[in-house]
Amino acid sequence: MRSVLTIAGRQFRSYFNGPVAYIVICIILLTLGFFFWKTFFLFGRASAREMFRWLGLILVFSLPALTMGLLAEEKRTGTIELLITMPVTEAQVIVGKFLGVLGLYGVLLALTISYPLSISTLGDLDWGPVWSGYLALLLQGSAVLAIGLMASSWTSNQLIALFVALTLSVLFWVLDKFLALLPTNAASALQWLSFDYHFQSMARGVIDLRDVLFFVSVVVFALAVAFRALESRRWS
Amino acid sequence: MSDVMIDARDLTKHYGRVAALRNASFQVNRGEVVGFLGPNGAGKTTTMKILTCFIAPSGGTAQVGGVDIFDDPLAVRELIGYLPESTPLYTEMLVLEYLQFAGKMRGLRGAGLEARLRQVVEETSLGEVLGKSIGELSKGFRQRVGLAQALIHEPPVLILDEPMSGLDPNQASEIRELIRDIGRERTVILSTHNLAEVRLTCGRVLIISQGQLVADDTPDELAARAGKPRFIATVKQNGHSSSEIREVFSLIGDAASVKEQSGGAPGELKVEVVPEGNQDLRAEIFRAAVSAELVLLGLEQRGENLEDIFRQLTTGNGGASS
Repeated sequence: MRSVLTIAGRQFRSYFNGPVAYIVICIILLTLGFFFWKTFFLFGRASAREMFRWLGLILVFSLPALTMGLLAEEKRTGTIELLITMPVTEAQVIVGKFLGVLGLYGVLLALTISYPLSISTLGDLDWGPVWSGYLALLLQGSAVLAIGLMASSWTSNQLIALFVALTLSVLFWVLDKFLALLPTNAASALQWLSFDYHFQSMARGVIDLRDVLFFVSVVVFALAVAFRALESRRWS
Repeated sequence: MSDVMIDARDLTKHYGRVAALRNASFQVNRGEVVGFLGPNGAGKTTTMKILTCFIAPSGGTAQVGGVDIFDDPLAVRELIGYLPESTPLYTEMLVLEYLQFAGKMRGLRGAGLEARLRQVVEETSLGEVLGKSIGELSKGFRQRVGLAQALIHEPPVLILDEPMSGLDPNQASEIRELIRDIGRERTVILSTHNLAEVRLTCGRVLIISQGQLVADDTPDELAARAGKPRFIATVKQNGHSSSEIREVFSLIGDAASVKEQSGGAPGELKVEVVPEGNQDLRAEIFRAAVSAELVLLGLEQRGENLEDIFRQLTTGNGGASS
């Protein structure tokens, strides 16, 4: 466990030694500000729901930029060799990396708390849906980050990792947008696989264990695939 | 723990259809510094990656400190300090941060970590760059950071892949000094292209070519094994003819052949004397010259050197290039 936290801590700090984290966080916050405040006063309601709706979408597009280098860059520069030859298992490396980027994501989420705070000064804000919205963001974000880590484990090229992660996470997000074109059975299956379907019900304030389990399963699956990819190098 | 720290048996590694390593077996004892020598692509790095459990061999196995690499890779890694080829480090980190990270990964904490940090920083003379980011460092300093992280947990076995490459002579001699110090109590395997390096640092040489071990000996024995010594005497001619001078030296009892060598300065003659066996003829050559009243300007011993042996061993079986 200690090694996991050491790896996570190193990963977390290294984000702040380079420009990528700052740039990505700035872009996310600026985009969110733009979309949110553009329509907020039109609704005339003290609700943070719009914020969660926008943030959920923005993160699907932007989080892969944080995960693209996690393993790809270590493979390109060879640092993975030093890391793996320390007394750690591949699983510890994967989980450590994941927790490291999750920590950065936590910082990002903490920065957005200014939105509900400022909304609450404008009207009577119901905090219940705010917390369930944050839970939704945390879960969907974890799934996107885990998919990004998985993509990063497949290549030593950050750009490829970025595009694969982007494609996968956007794909999971849009799955429930074309349901009208499909037969009912396929539609409900696809809907169930869609990130946005699970996300929206939580962002409305409904915490359903099935939604939570869905995102947790995606995380576990993606991390397991990343683990296999990292381990396969031993036998290649 | 026995004195055999590394015991590799029939290590074989295939990458696809290419055999990078074929049935390599060797042992390394505690307190030995062993040089791993071979052209690029001969299998040195592959062997090191197998010993550090970064990759698994396709055949054979190895034990480090009595622990099998298949049974308990983590225990093997704990015994090893490793410096991979071209020193891959997190360039965005500060030197101190990085060494703390390496120490923590090795299970060091608190005061124990502090004490080890102070010690390796002193050993590797990193004090002046602790606050710099690794990306800013010169090659020599980076190499030292790599060594420091390999030493932080006082491993009984050090595996260093080309620790000297790209260093200037001063840096190389510092690192060499350090490795020799370390090698007094610990087991060191280092790979290199540089033959002079091996002579200076290593007590034993393993030469590997095309995935196979072709030699395992001390540098001196290897040199001796490859050929007889030769002695080159330079004498002042002073009117003597070349054949008269050769005559003088051919009277030495143990001299098998005496030949004139080209390349003498005007008025000087170079003569090569080859002994029957491995005898040292320098004293006899001197006495013969004195008794014939010849002026001896120079006398040197030449063996077939490591370069020649290396070339013979690594090109003899198919022309591996470096």
